[in-house]
Order: sequence, then structure tokens, then C-alpha cells
Amino acid sequence: MRVYQFTEQPYPDVWDDHNGSLRVNLPNRKMDPKRAADLFHRYYDEWQLADELGLDIMLNEHHATATCMSATVIVGLSVLSRITKHARLLVLGYPIANRPDPLRAAEELATIDVISRGRLDMGFVRGVPQEVPIANLNPVFQSERFWEAHDFIMKALTSHDEPFNWESENFHYRHVNVWPRCYQQPHPPVWSTTGSTQTAKKLGDYGYVMATLGTGYATRRLFDAYRQGYAEKRGGAAAPPDRFAYLALVAVGRTEEEARRRAELVATYPRSSGIVFPPFRNPPGYLSIEDNVRMLKGEGRPRSYTRDGAIVDMARGSVQDLIDAGVMFCGTPDQVYDQIVDFVEHCGGMGNLLMMGHAGPMSHEDTVENLTIFAKEVYPRLKELRQPDAPAIAAQ
Amino acid sequence: MTILAPETARRELDGIGIELSERGKGRPLLFLHPGHPAGRVDPAARVLELLAEKARVIAPTHPGFGMGPAPPQLTTIDDLAYLYLDLMQAMDLRDAVVVGVSLGGWIAAEMAVKTTMRMSHLVLANAVGIKAGDRETRDIADIYAVTDKQLAELVYADPQKMARDLKSLPESELVMMARSREATGRYAWTPYMHDPKLKGRLHRIHIPSLVLWGEADRVTKPDYGRSLAAAIPGSRFATIAGAGHFPHLEQPENFAHRILEFIEETAP
Repeated sequence: MRVYQFTEQPYPDVWDDHNGSLRVNLPNRKMDPKRAADLFHRYYDEWQLADELGLDIMLNEHHATATCMSATVIVGLSVLSRITKHARLLVLGYPIANRPDPLRAAEELATIDVISRGRLDMGFVRGVPQEVPIANLNPVFQSERFWEAHDFIMKALTSHDEPFNWESENFHYRHVNVWPRCYQQPHPPVWSTTGSTQTAKKLGDYGYVMATLGTGYATRRLFDAYRQGYAEKRGGAAAPPDRFAYLALVAVGRTEEEARRRAELVATYPRSSGIVFPPFRNPPGYLSIEDNVRMLKGEGRPRSYTRDGAIVDMARGSVQDLIDAGVMFCGTPDQVYDQIVDFVEHCGGMGNLLMMGHAGPMSHEDTVENLTIFAKEVYPRLKELRQPDAPAIAAQ
Repeated sequence: MTILAPETARRELDGIGIELSERGKGRPLLFLHPGHPAGRVDPAARVLELLAEKARVIAPTHPGFGMGPAPPQLTTIDDLAYLYLDLMQAMDLRDAVVVGVSLGGWIAAEMAVKTTMRMSHLVLANAVGIKAGDRETRDIADIYAVTDKQLAELVYADPQKMARDLKSLPESELVMMARSREATGRYAWTPYMHDPKLKGRLHRIHIPSLVLWGEADRVTKPDYGRSLAAAIPGSRFATIAGAGHFPHLEQPENFAHRILEFIEETAP
């Protein structure tokens, strides 16, 4: 198993001063740029530590929000591709359907891959709905635009003999010719995320790495949909565990008490990420007609489940609820190891843990401890972990 | 072309299904409905009944706002304008009055700048579609950046009276509401609710034109309507009291009366 350290690079100082919305419409006057600089430098220091500890690194981007200062993930990738030595650099993800210019995206990613000497993992995501008001590209066609941007970027990264032409309703280019070309050939590994079985199957068909975020004990049906798509395309071959990734909150301590204290800090992420003025969460066409009808009836969309099928509200659940739902791995190194092993069994194999080991107001000292204990006392055992037998799982 | 039901018919036009209702006799009147949060006009609506006393009212449902999803090739208001010009030709409508409310008014204006060959009159009610102010002025309220309650306050002169109890509505009605919200975004997300080129083309309209405005409209304020009227040669501007963005729903009698009166007064 590989483990990627992830933080959203938050600006937590205003998390209790937001008038109901931490995203889209929170005035940037509330940010002190000097404080932001200190935080950025600290977060890069912590990622450098992750690199030294043998962990890989995951970055993302969000816009106009105090939950995540990384407004363009290319900046973070640029810094890290130079100051880290060994870590894989996973962007999960790059919201390519929100970018009017996928050629620019291809050029940026190829350049990062070269500077990092082939350490880029290239995650393309549709992005959360509250990104739409900022990007202002039509959300009704977002999914279609996502796949077209994907097709374009893949062709741009893998065409080497002559410039090519691309003219569609969405994108217009006459001379596509990406310099520099990717360090990893034919292209960096492709990742994506989903919460739908339909997309999971499609990702399986492509054979990309599929990550799910906070799906807890509802993860298996998504992984199985991927397995189906993967097998159908490849004469029944079983998808290996390295095709699967799972984002979880992680809080580890020398004692259970210390871990629980850190867990409360990490749990500020699910407790804050949904704080946004409600209309921005539902741009037209983002959710299906059926989901919108459910919302008109006042019904919500529960996402996380415990092993027994109980629904957990990620925004309001206790640390224990989050642990029960498989959304958080928390405790002493032994406890965390056991929880992860148990979750991997539930998934039928899962080869990449995306670990949110820092969130919100967690201090530098706590973050260093969290990463260090995990890397030294949990990770070595995970590297040795024998994954469930993929063909046997696929045959089920 | 097959009529499927006496009131609600469906026409196939180059493979695109158009749901439409027809009632009344006489001069054709094409009624183009607004977008979210109103959407298609109920075939039994009072406003259609009143207009049908003096005209043959043809009220299509814009693809995506009705029973099914929009066909993939229809993505812009311009597409709908061509669709309805084709429909007018297919139905051989002559001397038609084209009435559009809000988003429907935008469609009507886009049709009229292309050709008014089959039109006798144009009525734009609380129409969106033009950029009236400067680049830093939001001419049209962002209906996707407000809660449903706030939206009702922007849209209606009397939001309480127009409020509907969602819990009492049948599933089919809720589906239609959800479709209407999505389809409005489909056609009008960006540039938001307007075509930057339209204002400069309105001078091509040389048929009697009426710009009607629910005076309590806070989505597109009456001054926006005045800018629209000022760009259409010889057009009239008039307001309707007690109505907001959807005067056909809040003041159907006054709305219909003003249109029928305008047609009579400007008869050639």
C-alpha cells in the first residue's frame, strides 16, 4: 500500500466568522496575507517532512474559500516538484471541466512531470458544485466538457510527431504541440474520483486509479462497479488493488487519548467543508433531476454508512461516528492499523490510502507527530499488508 | 406532424419533438414561456384562455422544460429561435403575433432580428436577453445565487400569494420544476441570460413591438425594459401594476388585455 499525505491548506482563522458561508461569497478582506504566507510555508514544510518520512503527497484546489487556500493546484505542484525528492505528487484533483483552456492544463501538467522527474500522478475531477459559480462555465454540460477535456489532454500529452487540430463546440485549437513533453511515458498515471457506480464502471474500463472520498462502508459497491468495467474490457482480468484509492481522515497518537484529541482537530474538515450558502451547492444540471426532486421534497442525500448500514452525517457526527463509518482511522498505531486492514477487507482490496493527516486548526507540532507516528509505526506494516486476492474478489 | 391530444400536442420537427398546446381561433399567436422559476405554461392557464378569445394561441414547451430532456443539439437560445422559426414555417403561420415572457422574450427577440417575415407583432414581457448596463453592472439578478424564498421575492409582486406548497404538488409537477430549473441553466448560464450581440441587432425589427413590464420586477427592473424598448425602432413601453417578472401569471387579465388592445390599435 502507498500512503499520500493530504491537507487542504486551510485558512482556519475565520472558520467561526463566516455568516453561514465559508465559500464563494466570504470576502477575502477577512484574510491576513501575512498569516496566509506563514501558513503556506508551514504546510510546505510539513509536506517536506512527509517526503522525508517516505510518504507520498496529495494536493487539490478549491476557489474563493477559507477551507482551502490552494486556488490553483499548479502552484503547489510547482513548489513541491522542486523541494521534495522522492514523494509521488498526486493532484486530486485538477477540475478540468472548470477550465476554459485544457491546452494550458496539459502544458502545466507536463512541465510538473518533467521538473519532478516523473513523480506526477494526474488526477482529473469534475469538482464539487460550489466551484461552479466561480468558474462560471455551464454546469449543465460539465460532465460532457470533463470527458472532452480529458480526451484532449490525453491526446495532447501523447502526441509527439506533429501538431494536431482540435475544433469542437467546447474547445478550439489549430496547433497543439505540448513542450516540454511528459517525463513519464506514455503519460503520468491518471486518477479520478467518483461517487457513482456508472462512472466507477467507466473508470474501470479506462483502468485509471479510482479514488472515493469519505464513502465509508458504502465503498464496496463503487469498487465492484469499477472491477466490472475493468474485467469487461480486459477479458475478465481482475483489477489489482493499486487501481483503488480511498481518502480518509487519520489521527494517530501514542495513546488513544492523544489520538482522540487530534481526531477532533482533523474532524474540523468534514464539519466545515459543507458550510456554504445553499444555492451554491446546487447549480443547475450538476445533480440529476431525481436528486433535485428529492431536494424539493426536503429529503437530503446521506453519503456515509457504518458497517451495519447506519447513516452518519459527516458534518455533525462525533469522532466515534466517523470511525464507525470508516471515514476516519483513529487511535494508537495498532488500532489504526487494524481499522485500515478491516477497511481494506471491506473494499476487497485497496492499494492507496489518501490520508488527511492535517486539517483546520491542527498545530504544526500535532501535524508533525501525526505524520511521524503514522509513517514509523503504521506505514511499515501497511507496506507488508497482503491484499485480498484480486481474482477471487473479481469472481465474487 | 401528428396531433396527439386535443389540447397538448406534440410535433416532430427535424427529429425534435415539440410539446405544444393550441386553443382558440383566428390570427395565430405564438406564446413563448419564461424559464425558472416559472417554466412552461399550463395549457389550462387563465392567460391562454383570455388570449384564445381573440386568437389562435400556440404555446410550445421549450425542449428540456417539458416531459423529457432536451435533445443534445439544442444548447443555446439561438437554437430555440431557429427551432421556432422552423415551427412557424412548418405550421405555415402568417401574420403571427409573437409573445415572449422573460427567457421566452429573449427567444422572441432573437427570432425577430433574424426575420419577421411571418410576424405581424412582437410583444416582449419582462424579457431578458440584452446587456443593458456596463460590464460591472449586473443587469439581471442571479437567480441561481439566491434561496427559493429570496427568488420568489425578486420575481413576484406578491410572493405570498404566488407561493406553492411543494409538499402538496404531485411528483410529476416537481419533476417539471426540476427540469425547468436545469433547462434554464442549459440555455442561459453564460453569458448569463443574455446575448452580447443582441442589443446591436434589435434595430432590424420593423414590426409593431410592445415591451410590457411587470413594474414590481426585481429580476429585471423596469429600466432594463426601457433600455430594451429604446433599442427597438418605434416600440412602445408599458408597465403592469401588481406584477413582477411574470405578469402573465400575476396579472393575466391585464396582461392579455394589453396585448389584444395593442394588436387592435396597431392593425395595419
